[in-house]
Amino acid sequence: MASETVLELRQVSKAFATHRAVADVSLQIPRGAFFSLLGPSGCGKTTILRMIAGFENPTSGEVWLNGECINALPPYQRNVNTVFQGYALFPHLTVQGNVEFGLRHKKGSDDINRVNDVLKQVRLEGKSSRRPSELSGGERQRVALARAIVLQPDVLLLDEPLSALDPQLRKQVRSELRDLQRRLGVTFLFVTHDQEEALSMSDQIAVMNSGSLEQVGTPREIYAQPRSRFVADFLGAMNWIDGIGVRPEAVTITTQGRKAFVIGVTYLGSFCRIEMKLESGETFAAQAPPGSSYTTGQAVCFTWNREDEIHL
Amino acid sequence: MAVTMLAPLAIILVYSFLTRGAYGGVEPPSTIENYMRLRDPVYAAIIFRSLWIAAVATALCLILGFPLALFIARSGNRKNLYLGLVILPFWTSFLIRTYAWMFILRDTGIVNSVLQSLGVIREPLPLLYNNGAVILGLVYGFLPFMVLPLYATLERLDPSLLEAAADLGARPRDTLVRVILPLCAPGIRAGAILTFVPCLGTYLTSDLLGGSKTVLIGNLVQNQFTASRDWPFGAALSLALMAIAIGVLFTVRRRGEELL
Repeated sequence: MASETVLELRQVSKAFATHRAVADVSLQIPRGAFFSLLGPSGCGKTTILRMIAGFENPTSGEVWLNGECINALPPYQRNVNTVFQGYALFPHLTVQGNVEFGLRHKKGSDDINRVNDVLKQVRLEGKSSRRPSELSGGERQRVALARAIVLQPDVLLLDEPLSALDPQLRKQVRSELRDLQRRLGVTFLFVTHDQEEALSMSDQIAVMNSGSLEQVGTPREIYAQPRSRFVADFLGAMNWIDGIGVRPEAVTITTQGRKAFVIGVTYLGSFCRIEMKLESGETFAAQAPPGSSYTTGQAVCFTWNREDEIHL
Repeated sequence: MAVTMLAPLAIILVYSFLTRGAYGGVEPPSTIENYMRLRDPVYAAIIFRSLWIAAVATALCLILGFPLALFIARSGNRKNLYLGLVILPFWTSFLIRTYAWMFILRDTGIVNSVLQSLGVIREPLPLLYNNGAVILGLVYGFLPFMVLPLYATLERLDPSLLEAAADLGARPRDTLVRVILPLCAPGIRAGAILTFVPCLGTYLTSDLLGGSKTVLIGNLVQNQFTASRDWPFGAALSLALMAIAIGVLFTVRRRGEELL
């Protein structure tokens, strides 16, 4: 998918009075991609989003949209739109009013058909005269989405849009959002601290840690070939032994291999998580089938395949 | 509590239907003559003047108070300082502050003497004893009653809504008209009522800054109980004032609900 770049950050930094939020970040986001910025809270990913939207100015560096530096443009002149974390719907307007809000500022695009079309896309046809206070969390999230995509932005910025939903709904919305992105072909820049979300939805992921980019790549690359210990640990559980990383699911408990004894068994439905302690005192985690019957204190051996090792 | 609030009102109501006594006070028989006198064009003109002066003062309070309230709501940890400054004048008597305005505005006052010594004007400007001076005094006196409720609504306004508006292409001006003002409607209504009602009933400001030329309903009421010794008519006038105030209140409320 070697397509053209729609959004580019060139050595962007942002310093606030007390700390440096973003340090020298360069990124290229391909047109039409579902691109995620993944990192723990406070790593600077939301600040990056706000600099692209125009709510913050970079201390240094440039933001380029469609081959044009947009540093000097105010938010209302940038052809990007945001789905805010708390949705920020206008409480005094109906669903329809919220979705139409931005159309009035765009020349020659106040097309009522488009509003209806977008409301249909997000399954809100029957709710156009409701107020945000009369909607469920999932519906509000879809209004926020509709309000932004109706303007056909070059890039849609999503700031942890699923974090306000309950866990059941979150998984369902993931695939809906992914389908919608494919259908519309709009570039999504999705900010999240949830690695599962990023892995399941994205074409590309940029992992951030304390203001800097750690690694950019496809979900598989990031998970299977992390380039730093931080990425390896953040993307999922990881055992470290003699400078080699092994994911718990790659570990097999057998009768041969390294000796250890079980110090904890956690039943998680689809599998069991086994915590082991080696003679050297290091701990090691493995996954076992849900029906397995290990008990604490039991002596076991474990092994793993060479190709599953992560060398850093 | 209800008794202490309603008893004086009841007395005024009773008085308004009685006949004036020779030396003040009230006497039987009961009559509606006091209310019929309100139809006299002289009084109608005074009521009309009171209404428009109060309306202009309220509008000016809104125009001046809104940016001030917005500024305070956005000034972070200095909010309390600025709010304190807004309330500070209340710590001295309104009467004394009104006298201070007389010292500022009169022919030999601060404004005129400074302008004359600078050679800008030769004769003193007639700043005092006109409608303008009354409106100035009212705006000065009641601005805090507008600022405080406006501040209360602006302070609660979610800043992410303003960002959302900008994000959707609204210039600051559009954001003001399409987001901030509608969401502040309750504060605007409360401020308008809190300013308009006391402006309508004022007598001190119009008496001191307006002189004998600017008689408002408040002054008329005051006169009936003092110089004219016509208590029943004074009572009828003050009830008429109350009726107007309540009428305005209901209109503002209904209109406000329609707008939202």
